[in-house]
Amino acid sequence: MIIVKNLVKKYADFKALNGLSFEVNENEIFGLLGPNGAGKTTLIHILATLLKPTEGGAMVNGFDILHNAIKVRQSIGVVFQAPSSDDILTGYENLKVHALLYGIPRKIREKRISEVLQLVGLEDRKDDQVKKYSGGMRRRLEIARGLLHHPKVFFLDEPTLGLDPKSRESMWKYIKKIVREEKVTIILTTHYMEEADMLCDRIGFITNGKIIALDSPSKLKQEIGGDIVKITFSGDVPLDREFTKFDFVHKVERKENTVTVYIDEVNSNLQMLVKDLNGVQTIEYNKPTLNDVFLKLSGDSLSGDSPEGGFMQRYAQYDKS
Amino acid sequence: MLNTINLNSRIVLGQLYALWLREVKVFLRERSRLVASTFTPLLWLFVIGSGLGSTNLQIGTDYEKFIFPGIICMSVIFTSVFFGSYIIWDRKFDFLKSVMVAPSSRTTVFIGKTLGGMTTSLFQVAIVLIVGIALGINYDAMTLLQILSIVLILSFSLTSLGLTFGSYIESLEGFQLIVSFVVFPLFFLSGALFPIDNLPAWLKIITLIDPATYSVDALRNTILHLGTYSFEHDLAILLLFTLVITLVGIFSFRRMKAV
Repeated sequence: MIIVKNLVKKYADFKALNGLSFEVNENEIFGLLGPNGAGKTTLIHILATLLKPTEGGAMVNGFDILHNAIKVRQSIGVVFQAPSSDDILTGYENLKVHALLYGIPRKIREKRISEVLQLVGLEDRKDDQVKKYSGGMRRRLEIARGLLHHPKVFFLDEPTLGLDPKSRESMWKYIKKIVREEKVTIILTTHYMEEADMLCDRIGFITNGKIIALDSPSKLKQEIGGDIVKITFSGDVPLDREFTKFDFVHKVERKENTVTVYIDEVNSNLQMLVKDLNGVQTIEYNKPTLNDVFLKLSGDSLSGDSPEGGFMQRYAQYDKS
Repeated sequence: MLNTINLNSRIVLGQLYALWLREVKVFLRERSRLVASTFTPLLWLFVIGSGLGSTNLQIGTDYEKFIFPGIICMSVIFTSVFFGSYIIWDRKFDFLKSVMVAPSSRTTVFIGKTLGGMTTSLFQVAIVLIVGIALGINYDAMTLLQILSIVLILSFSLTSLGLTFGSYIESLEGFQLIVSFVVFPLFFLSGALFPIDNLPAWLKIITLIDPATYSVDALRNTILHLGTYSFEHDLAILLLFTLVITLVGIFSFRRMKAV
């Protein structure tokens, strides 16, 4: 559905994208996970034909982003990081303006507008001005707008940025619903690992304009070498204990009075592992998270520190009316 | 082939309608905009009109009536050119991004936005025209038609001019500052406030370059029958100016960055 080849985007001396290549399959949810400033939004802007790459190219829905921009735009829906609806207009009016921009024929326009309104649960608020909407509702309106013309590919740039936990969860629910009901391929960017883990079929880790790993969340987590069990002893670690005798143990690390063991399936194997152990003070265990994977791959955590103004910040700045 | 052209022109017309509709709805909901921008022309008309009118100028009619066509042009000049700042707002709020990612051409976006700005100027001119009746000015159907055509052309070209500036300038503050340098000369040098027949040579030349001069003259012709040039002469020059500035505007929109 999307083929990206060797994309480079340079801004003066700074390389926002540094030779990116990957493919996205039809009808999957593909996540681009990385810290702020990793190049996720730049990549979305290039794929949506709003920016031209310095080098390389890409195909979206079989159309070249450089030579067939209009066809690409007909094939995609985009939800930008900052809400881009006109907040003086009502939700319905925003949708109507965009339905006209996409050339949706009059006969099916009204039906389609009420369909997408229903999809995101905004039908009872459609005649309110968007400035009366909450952050989550605005984001849902953007989703409805992006889906109006039945796009094949749907880009979601940080769909839950700045939302409270409850709105975030309901946004996840809507995203899953879209995939089920609209049959689109979704590319979403995020820097929340639990979001990527929960929603995406495959994830590309992106940092400094490069993809450093690409796989399904479970495969990525296997890279860590299994679930982590940390056993602390009250005295010295008993040296006679040979943990590696079990098939499910991958790796053992001993340090002072603790042993860290990497094993498969902690839930079923923990009991066997610690059976007949003497002098145990505490046992802790963790399933590895995508953050552990990212840390291991990049030596850096996901909380980037680039100066990227959130939507609320920008909104406060310009909303002087 | 013919079918695809029909289809495409239907889509383009729909897109123009969408962009126009949005501007008009926003304008009608922001009443303060209408009130604020109508106040200034009326202030000029009554304060300067009555003030200078009391000094017995040799211009062949009341001074208030004499500057009335100029005040119509003034309200068009100010509203239209400053309308360009809305493209900067659209960029800041990312509305423009959502339009740019739709399958519409930049030319369509430019023309649609211009038509929207033109319509908002028309609302204002209507108010000024109604005030004119109170001054004792009578319009017949022909006069109204001529006023309408001049106002449409002038506001279309000056909205284009404003949007052209807006496509190059990133901050609203910068826009206000730069556009002030354009708007005030356009107005003061147009002969809106004085007759241009007996000016010193240097001033005469500048007024001849100012496109607004021809709109003031055309309106003075049709409303007061006091024009320096013929209506057709004025109309031709205005159309030429509109063509040039529209092409410049389309060029500017095409090279404008989307993000």
